[in-house]
Amino acid sequence: MATYDFLFNGLGLRGWCDGGKTSDAPVSMADLLAKTGVKEEQTIWNLPFPSLNELNDACGSMAQSRDVTKGVEDGFLAAKDALRFVLDPLTQPLSWILDFTLAAFEVTPWWIMFPLLMVVVYLASKSVRLVGFVTVCLLFLALVDHYDHAMQTLAIIFVCAVLCVLFGVPIGIAMSRSDRLQRITIPVLDMLQTLPPFVYLIPLIFLFSVTEPKLYGIAIILYAIVPVIRLTDLGIRLVDKDVIEAADSFGMTDRQKLFGVQIPLALPNIMAGVNQTIMMSLAMVVIASLVSAPGLGVLVLRGIRNLELGVGLVSGLGIVLLAIILDRVTKAALNRVNAAQKQ
Amino acid sequence: MIGDAAVTDNVKISIRNLYKIFGADPKAALQHVLDGTSKPDLLKEHGHVLGLRDINVDIREGDITVIMGLSGSGKSTLIRHLNRLIEPTAGQVDVDGEDVLAYGEEKLRNLRRQIMSMVFQKFALLPHRTVAENAGTTLGVRGVSKREYLVEADKWLDRVGLHGYGKHYPHQLSGGMQQRVGIARALTSNSPIMLMDEAFSALDPLIRTDMQDLLLELQKELHKTIVFITHDLDEALKLADHLVILKDGYVVQQGEPQHILLNPNDPYIEDFVSDINRARVLRVRSIMTPLDDSGVPPEAHGEVGFDDTLESMIARSGGDTSHSYVVVQNGKPVGTLEMTSLVRALVPRIASESGARKY
Repeated sequence: MATYDFLFNGLGLRGWCDGGKTSDAPVSMADLLAKTGVKEEQTIWNLPFPSLNELNDACGSMAQSRDVTKGVEDGFLAAKDALRFVLDPLTQPLSWILDFTLAAFEVTPWWIMFPLLMVVVYLASKSVRLVGFVTVCLLFLALVDHYDHAMQTLAIIFVCAVLCVLFGVPIGIAMSRSDRLQRITIPVLDMLQTLPPFVYLIPLIFLFSVTEPKLYGIAIILYAIVPVIRLTDLGIRLVDKDVIEAADSFGMTDRQKLFGVQIPLALPNIMAGVNQTIMMSLAMVVIASLVSAPGLGVLVLRGIRNLELGVGLVSGLGIVLLAIILDRVTKAALNRVNAAQKQ
Repeated sequence: MIGDAAVTDNVKISIRNLYKIFGADPKAALQHVLDGTSKPDLLKEHGHVLGLRDINVDIREGDITVIMGLSGSGKSTLIRHLNRLIEPTAGQVDVDGEDVLAYGEEKLRNLRRQIMSMVFQKFALLPHRTVAENAGTTLGVRGVSKREYLVEADKWLDRVGLHGYGKHYPHQLSGGMQQRVGIARALTSNSPIMLMDEAFSALDPLIRTDMQDLLLELQKELHKTIVFITHDLDEALKLADHLVILKDGYVVQQGEPQHILLNPNDPYIEDFVSDINRARVLRVRSIMTPLDDSGVPPEAHGEVGFDDTLESMIARSGGDTSHSYVVVQNGKPVGTLEMTSLVRALVPRIASESGARKY
């Protein structure tokens, strides 16, 4: 005897209900246990919401919630082959790039890598103090034998951040030029930004094989590309209207205006976007260790799985140091751009 | 200026029956305006803003044409029609006899690059480029190489008094200096027409006077066709060869500035005029009595210039109204000036009750 029997009886649907067959969707353990339990007495205070499961109790022909999740799953699996047929070859270069870069970072001996990184930091920031700080951090990581893992993480971030900028900046520019495109894109960006990072991984695991680098590559890029798109769009839209008008009045072509005025003036915002993108890549690369992304995240995962407290904490510290390095260097570069064009 | 040898009567830009209506369906709203709907009614009943109504102005070559009006009078809208930063709803704009509105994209770009250059109220310099690069922008967009345009830019920077500032960035310069860069940028393009949209309004008064002097000095040499927008009557009277006064999108009065000052035809203009120092603006030529056959009067106290201001006359006479003077132009006597008629010309206009002042 279920709570909502009266509803179906009243509507004269009893015959239809009893003719229904049982669902073949998988039943969870909790549901099975609930079946054996003693039913509580029905009062107005514990009246259940007329959910699918409740209604199914009263009428066997109604769908259950597990049918809904099963439907979603079936739908995805049905589309999977077609999606894979298109996406697999398209994304294959990402696997190659990641494999190549990871290999390149690994083969390069530390005594070449250290000076190289220092030169890069100096060129980006023009600050000797920052170079010193980065060197100390790297020396510490190398000393506790986290150098290889740190380089793997750095390699993945490098590839993903570069690709994010490569795709994100043009998308942002396109958005800034068309209000329609902006209206369409913003909900997508909102979704990408609010989906919990773990959720990205679920459909990707079904689409691609877990052993392929592009799996985590795509997850990281989708997660981290949002700020650079948003801030490029914003930056170009915020460019002083008077300057744009002046550019028009001198007879600049759209191309001259874009490369000579809009992008340079939007650069502080674009750089802020790049900074955010790099930081979000770092956040995601740790989570992506769940799907075989190499690097410091693997050690964190080991720390959690095997309850190796020390391993987890030290590699966590390594991630923090990497994050500080990346943030400081990109911010220093950003400040240089800002200083060059304050109004 | 008046009497300058370079001034010709050639009409450089001719604006005919120009209308501009802002809103969703300007063409439909235009019909209402042609039928006599006023600006407030158009906004209330049809939701459209009347920007410009039936503008007819001839801008002569080598003149400084000043378009004056309060904010919202449509003066900035009007100047943007000349290089089509704003498209008109109806009407015609001819430059050198060619209809600019019929231009395609390529010809329009050419017009903006070669024929017209513009100076902006907020300078609109590119913050990421040096002063010299900014001044050379107008040549740069035409494809002139950087090495060449920097030479030209430096020349004009020197000319506007910014020698040695070429390597600075705009934010290192004061407002007045930034606008000098703006002027140098317009001059570097070597275009015959210069559009100046409230070019000096953002500067403080002393610097503004400096810039006005600079502009007049440059104009003496260059004889450009300048269209100057301002809301300041003193500035307008100082610079204008031809003054156009706009109100609510239509031309209230246009003509020679001294003439407008002495014969305002609208309460709106009387309000403006009542506020200024007439002695400083009015010139001897506007109030003198032309010489007749009787020749130079013997009792004259001396000779005065044709273009002298009345203020300098008052100083000269020491305030004695019984004096009279012979007016001399280019070494020849052309008229006489009685101090009494000078004083009469200085009687202030009373601001009308019906004018803008009541608001």
